[in-house]
Amino acid sequence: MTHHLLAVDDLGTDGIEEVLRLTESFVEVSERAIPKVPTLRGRTVVSLFYEESTRTRLSFEAAAKRLSADTMNFNVASSAVAKGESLRDTVETIEAMGVDAVIVRHASAGVPVQVARWVEASVVNAGDGWHEHPTQALLDCYTLRERLGSLAGRRIAIVGDVKHSRVARSDVAAFSSLGADVVLVAPPTLLPPSLVGWPVEVSHDLDQVLAKVDAVVLLRMQQERQTEALVPSLREYTAGYGLTRRRAELLGEEAVIMHPGPMNRGVEIAADVADLACSVVTRQVANGVAVRMAVLFLLLASGTRP
Amino acid sequence: MTQLLLRGGTVVDETGTRRADVLVVDGAIAAVGEGLEADHATRVLDADGCLVAPGLVDLHAHLRQPGHEEAETIATGARAAALGGFTAVVAMPNTDPPIDCASVVRDVLDLAASATCAVFPAGAITVGRAGRSLAPMAEMAALGVRLFTDDGTGVQDGGLMRRALEYGSALGVTLAEHCEDDRLAAGGHLHEGEWSSRLGIPGIPSEAEELMVARDIALSRLTGAPVHFLHLSTARSVALVREAKAEGVAVTAEATPHHFTLTAAAASGYDPVFKVNPPLRTDADVAAVRVGLADGAIDAIATDHAPHPPEAKEAPFDQAPPGMLGLETALALGLTELTAPAVGLPCLSTEALVALLSWRPARIAGLAGEHGGPVRVGRPAHLCVIDPAASWVVESARLASRSRNTPYAGRTLRGRVRHTLFRGEPVVIDAEAQR
Repeated sequence: MTHHLLAVDDLGTDGIEEVLRLTESFVEVSERAIPKVPTLRGRTVVSLFYEESTRTRLSFEAAAKRLSADTMNFNVASSAVAKGESLRDTVETIEAMGVDAVIVRHASAGVPVQVARWVEASVVNAGDGWHEHPTQALLDCYTLRERLGSLAGRRIAIVGDVKHSRVARSDVAAFSSLGADVVLVAPPTLLPPSLVGWPVEVSHDLDQVLAKVDAVVLLRMQQERQTEALVPSLREYTAGYGLTRRRAELLGEEAVIMHPGPMNRGVEIAADVADLACSVVTRQVANGVAVRMAVLFLLLASGTRP
Repeated sequence: MTQLLLRGGTVVDETGTRRADVLVVDGAIAAVGEGLEADHATRVLDADGCLVAPGLVDLHAHLRQPGHEEAETIATGARAAALGGFTAVVAMPNTDPPIDCASVVRDVLDLAASATCAVFPAGAITVGRAGRSLAPMAEMAALGVRLFTDDGTGVQDGGLMRRALEYGSALGVTLAEHCEDDRLAAGGHLHEGEWSSRLGIPGIPSEAEELMVARDIALSRLTGAPVHFLHLSTARSVALVREAKAEGVAVTAEATPHHFTLTAAAASGYDPVFKVNPPLRTDADVAAVRVGLADGAIDAIATDHAPHPPEAKEAPFDQAPPGMLGLETALALGLTELTAPAVGLPCLSTEALVALLSWRPARIAGLAGEHGGPVRVGRPAHLCVIDPAASWVVESARLASRSRNTPYAGRTLRGRVRHTLFRGEPVVIDAEAQR
């Protein structure tokens, strides 16, 4: 089994399946009166978040605590980093304290990959720049399975700013690994310049795509994309690519709406659409903890049983 | 009187290849021929099985001094150069302060006076390399500066570049361009394409380079002034230069070893040691650069030696500075990759390779009177002795450069500089720097 989780491809299809199986048992743990198991007692998990994040950091922290691991939080703003300490020095200092896993979030793509070269501890990518956010993809897979059963042969649309989205890169890898067909829907300016090697179709017509999909993943649209002139205005973006009430009605009855959060209600998703029964946004958050328990278990405790 | 004899080698220069010993007396070549005798006062250096070539000339090195001595100094850069067989190096002006006026040119020349190779500062085209107003080119030219460039960046304003070419034409100097349209390249760190998309790193499209190559060809045609293209990296850039030459436009071009040996795939592990500008591109671009080196579209191999201290290269990929070391590996990469290439790629003769590294760049830099010339009696003894069969492993910790950012660490290369003579002084003997 892999020592780090830096990208979805580190797991392979079998690894993803194993994470999802483990997640199921940790969902059960989470529903107990005392949602805690002693599995990682004596292990130390440190969160190294160089970028603001509330839900991912809390989700990892809850996951580690429910596995009885000791947790440490490295606050970048009040640390030596603010005094100019290099990434490598920071990471080696933390490792010297004796940690078993480092959860890394960074605004620059590839930082978890670099950190993994410098430490013995397991490194978990909690989101790096535009690159990957593998635990988000795993929880997306788990949430879709809850609703749809197997993903094999299912059709999933990922809509919006794919170019700058680590969630999109991880989702594409995970969904296709489980046998789903992925279609990216975005204006050309919000797609990566090259899709060579990406197992996807591309469309610029959301209306046409929606009628045929089993799930739609909406990506967060950032205000900056307008100032960068990637779209003329958020209004025009919403008109072409937003999941409006009218468009939501094009979806099949079983279809699922997902969003990695935080949502811009009224931009990529209409306010009332986010609250429809077919929206699983809060379910995604709930499953996030169990998925991260599964990942930490897999990296730190393989060989034992939950 | 100091006498030194290079015995048993094969001389390679632009007049051809022949077995000959070379006798050096007081810094100049005193005799060339077979079976030269050495008296007891003559130091003999074995050159058996080796090539004896004019010292190599690098059109493009960042020696970092003044301002970034933590990365390199003129002394350490010159030592690396000597170990790489170079006896003349053009030092790029993106120092701190930049080489954009006579006083900084003088500083660099003073620092270089005791170096183990000749250092020729290139002057900036614009004040502060800021691309807004012309630097005092005449006062720098008066101190011997023959190449002007804002390298690190291109002159974005076409009108300003035109005026620089016109002004420079009266001085007999050459303007060298780092071709990169800042707006198209904006924020990029890697060649835009498959790898940048997959890794989630903003890309630099080939077109950012090609547009400026096309513009400067047009400006050279318009003004009649020569333009030298630094570090060409794309297939279309090579084609544009080839076409312009066929038309008679006064352009020349160089390519770096990394652009004929590596692609963007090398950066797949996010190691900033593979970050360089222009970025590593595709297999097709590498092949086109090799064809350009073989057919004359590209005139010279230049290193773009760009030292950075380890801490700078251990930053996140998008925050690390671009650049890689080159002086100590350029010749060996040429011998390994160009004279014995994989099937389907053009094969260069050893003579053609030495030309690309010696007399052809010497001409572009305006140094042919002193450097890169034929191994002939009376010429200054700037020579390098190359063992083309020696194989060695690149070890970053053993490089003479003050920095360690070679992308070839661990790689086995064929061909090594055995001795280097600078002004007749053996600055490298048996692959060891003498000072």
